[in-house]
Amino acid sequence: MNAPAEPAGAVTYASASGLLGSVWLLVAIPLASAAILLLLGRRSDRWGHWLGVASIGASFVLGLTYFFQLRGLENKSVELSLWDFIAVGDFKVDFGLLFDPLAAVFVLLITGVGFLIHLYAVEYMAHDEGRRRFFAYFNLFVAAMLLLVLGNNYVMLYFGWEGVGLASYLLISFWYGRPSAATAGKKAFLMNRVGDAGLAIGIFIMFATLGTTQYDEVFNGVGSLTATTVLVLGLLLLLGATGKSGQFPLQAWLPDAMEGPTPVSALIHAATMVTAGVYLIARSNPIFSANSTLQLVVVSVGALTLLIGCIIGAAKDDIKRVLAWSTVSQIGYMFVGVGLGGGAYALAIVHLLAHGFFKANMFLGAGSVMHGMHDQVDIRRFGGLAKHMRITWITFMMGWLAIIGIPPLSGYFSKEPIIVAAFTRDDWTAWLFGGAALLGAGLTAFYMTRLFVLTFHGPKRWTEDIEHPHESPKLMTIPLVLLAVGSVLAGGLMAWNDGLASWLTPVLGSEAGEAHHPVLSHTVITILSLLVTVGGAGLAWFLFRTGTATEPQPAGVLVTAARRNLYTDAVNEAVFEKPGIFLTRALVFLDNRGVDGLVNGLAAAVGGGSGRLRRLQTGFVRSYATSILAGALLVVAAFLAVQAGWLA
Amino acid sequence: MTELKLPSIDYAALAPILIMLGAALLGVLIEAFVPRKQRRLAQLSLGLLAVLAALVMVIVNSGDRLITAGGAIAVDGPTLFLQGAILVLAAMALLLIGERSVERGGAFVAQAAVTAESADDRRQAEGSNGATEVYPLTSFAIGGMLIFVAANDLLTMFIALEVFSLPLYLLCALARRRRLLSQEAAMKYFLLGAYASAFFLFGVALVYGFTSGIPGRSAGVDFATIHAAVTESPASEVLLFGGVALLAIGLLFKAAAAPFHVWTPDVYQGAPTPVTGFMAACTKVAAFGALLRVFHVAFSGAAWDFTPVLGAVAVLTMLVGAVLAVTQTDIKRLLAYSSIANAGYLLVGVLAPSKDGLSGTMFYLVAYGFSVLAAFAVVTLVRDADGEATHLSRWAGLGRRSPFFAAIFTFILLAFAGIPLTSGFMSKFAIFAPALDAGQAWLVVAGVLTSMVLAFPYLRVVVMMWLSEPGESTPTVTVPGGLTSAALTIGVLATLVLGVVPGPLLDLANGAAEFVR
Repeated sequence: MNAPAEPAGAVTYASASGLLGSVWLLVAIPLASAAILLLLGRRSDRWGHWLGVASIGASFVLGLTYFFQLRGLENKSVELSLWDFIAVGDFKVDFGLLFDPLAAVFVLLITGVGFLIHLYAVEYMAHDEGRRRFFAYFNLFVAAMLLLVLGNNYVMLYFGWEGVGLASYLLISFWYGRPSAATAGKKAFLMNRVGDAGLAIGIFIMFATLGTTQYDEVFNGVGSLTATTVLVLGLLLLLGATGKSGQFPLQAWLPDAMEGPTPVSALIHAATMVTAGVYLIARSNPIFSANSTLQLVVVSVGALTLLIGCIIGAAKDDIKRVLAWSTVSQIGYMFVGVGLGGGAYALAIVHLLAHGFFKANMFLGAGSVMHGMHDQVDIRRFGGLAKHMRITWITFMMGWLAIIGIPPLSGYFSKEPIIVAAFTRDDWTAWLFGGAALLGAGLTAFYMTRLFVLTFHGPKRWTEDIEHPHESPKLMTIPLVLLAVGSVLAGGLMAWNDGLASWLTPVLGSEAGEAHHPVLSHTVITILSLLVTVGGAGLAWFLFRTGTATEPQPAGVLVTAARRNLYTDAVNEAVFEKPGIFLTRALVFLDNRGVDGLVNGLAAAVGGGSGRLRRLQTGFVRSYATSILAGALLVVAAFLAVQAGWLA
Repeated sequence: MTELKLPSIDYAALAPILIMLGAALLGVLIEAFVPRKQRRLAQLSLGLLAVLAALVMVIVNSGDRLITAGGAIAVDGPTLFLQGAILVLAAMALLLIGERSVERGGAFVAQAAVTAESADDRRQAEGSNGATEVYPLTSFAIGGMLIFVAANDLLTMFIALEVFSLPLYLLCALARRRRLLSQEAAMKYFLLGAYASAFFLFGVALVYGFTSGIPGRSAGVDFATIHAAVTESPASEVLLFGGVALLAIGLLFKAAAAPFHVWTPDVYQGAPTPVTGFMAACTKVAAFGALLRVFHVAFSGAAWDFTPVLGAVAVLTMLVGAVLAVTQTDIKRLLAYSSIANAGYLLVGVLAPSKDGLSGTMFYLVAYGFSVLAAFAVVTLVRDADGEATHLSRWAGLGRRSPFFAAIFTFILLAFAGIPLTSGFMSKFAIFAPALDAGQAWLVVAGVLTSMVLAFPYLRVVVMMWLSEPGESTPTVTVPGGLTSAALTIGVLATLVLGVVPGPLLDLANGAAEFVR
């Protein structure tokens, strides 16, 4: 494994000491809380939700402490081995954690935004019988996500990865009484399985070729692999990432995941699950940077998905689904970032964090709207809510302005650089990806403005049963306000003086020394993107300022296609579901006729033999004694035969 | 007259045996002098205390590797391990025997001689008196078993066999319910047991004859002499193999190996359930302890010759046990056939001529003993007005009525089936692995195949308990008293712990797996 000349930038991790030796608490606290809530059952109904909130709060405070501790260190990658997780022959997997700048920002995002969402959920779920169970799953979710970002090898990551999958399944189908929720949970789980299988096979390949799954050993060993191996490995990891992050071709589960309670949507879409794919690629940057074809694939997936998300998002009427498709699209931007590589890794992470704030803000805002409107989700049935829900309106406005990228809100600082980076390629693909990113910005402005205007402005189109929509209670609005502040400031703060980018340099490398220039000048791109943004927003404002019909209207080919998710579900059905059902039926047939026939035949033979033998057990001592005598004669005869050399 | 020389006796090494036999004698005195009301408590505490004290002595002696009492008793690793196993399992069995809250007066009838099914008998079944003689009888049996696994010559072994068998015959006859079945079981057990003892004794005679005539050695039936004779004796080998065959028959009878198993289902079914548990756990340990010693110490020189024959017996035993278990309709008979099949697996371990085989067999005995006692403990709890409801049809839907006990029983059945994370898996592994190493793949193949067959009756019970609707006649599970609960808890926990962390006991067995000669 030791290459003769170790590359200059070899990855080395320091071992954890002092306070950082207790990093495991970050995962342990929410996990313990989840266990308590699940084990105590109804006995913890009265206070369980506060325990859930407190555990995340404690993790956040700890995360902050560790973060400041890490800032003071020379080698900012700290490893903590807890015990041997698996040790079978040559295969050793450490149960170890890695706390480095990348993990640190994820920890802060997960616990920080997660804490606000937990707080919000206390009120949101107040009237739900299953609130304690909800918080148990919620804690489990956060614990799994923390494990995912804190592991120091791919098996640990996979462990957290599956934990997130499990918790999301439990949460999406939380209202399992509704068939749609149960189905959505299953859909999310199954589509994730496809991605998970890719990730698992990728890990197997790592072990087969490098003999290890530890991050540092894998990254230092990438140089010794053939280009094909790296490509296959990277594509498998990418498949895993597309599954968790809802990217093409595995994006279909994400919007359906809106069947869960709204805080779940906020947690899945803002702070945790969907960012896992971006994390995986950013974490594996030595693998992805080693193969330019691989990077091209990642960028293509990102660019395609961001357009798909925008187009479908523009045609949806369900407030949460619009936000969901917007997430798909925004993650697409992040994939573009991590696919471009080099300095763009950090840009993707900046966008991820900024997105965490404004998307959580808007999801919780949507929840607040639904709370006031009897769980109505159709934006055609809103309108004019600005007057009735001032706080929700203003905070949502901050999120809206942030996501479409109006300076100086955070989206501007995080999305704009990715667009510029997309234009920074050496060949014609600069125009392709740059153009896609620019078009995406315009479309985002259009559909988000549509959403905002139809919900908060224009004439009321409420259903009859609503008279006075009310603002949500304080416990829900305070997190909204805090997240709105984050939506306004986060991007600027992180982009300030390249603060976050230089913080992440130890993990992601730096752009220094690379002399690439965008195909258009920086200023031109900025002006163009602001133009398409304002244009898109203005068009939407113009079209929807007077409201819209309360029923979907007949529409052209494109809109119809968008309403039907660009027929991706139909494709899934035709390509996977139908052949799958057919295959299953064929196997069932084979099983019934072939395998079962054989097994049942054998079983019948055993049963028949048993029945016949049973008759020998007559119950008479005399026949027992006879059979013992016969047996004795046989045994003695056999011994003598052996002795005489007839047997053996 | 030659001067009589007394052999030197290491009393400390014999202490476990002496304590159990002493307690048994004391128990007889208690029967005679202590008033009826206090007798049960006195007897039960005496029995448990004696077992505990004997166990302590086994632990104190754990470093001993010696032969004492004029060469009659060998105290070595296997002896101490198996004595410890017998004592622990016997303690659990005593707890079950002592239980009285499940049934008024306990599982034993006061006057076993009253004509079965007569008016007197019915009155006695309803009454609250119970036999307290069972405790000294059990203590005698335990004492006999302790000698049996330590016996270093064939005569001592024979006497120990009788010492632990005779009390068992009596105990079988004492069931409170279904007296006729119980008496019949005792009678059958006694007749066939005496019959098998005769084979054993005749085998001893043949072996004695074989050992005579070695230059410089007098004839004898101690294992060192036999061992020397196997290679040196000028006598005809017909004597040797005839003797080995007959000895093996006597021991295989106790171990319930086919075709000498015929008594097992009837006796297991008829005996009071706590006694059945005692026999299934402790008698098995004792019988296999003796088999191990006889074949590993005395006749190890002839291993090449007896392995194929005993291997055939093992396969036959596994087949008979597994196949016949399939059609059983009574839970106690089902467990009896399962016990027969397990004797087959244990024989595979006995025949693996390595240290691992020896330690695997000892591990298996302990693990199986815990599980089987727990199983019979549950059987004592499933009952209706007429006592235990042992017919399998009565267990249908038990999972709905008493999910807790059904879950425990399911767990035990899964352990019998050898599912991982239970002791059943570990013990099968501990036995099959050395057999495979020793090149006896055919035994392992037979073992695995019959395990598959055997899984069927186990799972049938599981399916019946959980997936059938409870019928009118589904009995309830009686809430167990403290004694049964304790035994059940120990058994289930041991089954779980030995499946999850078998390391310590395996290490202990491994450290003990060496005979002195």
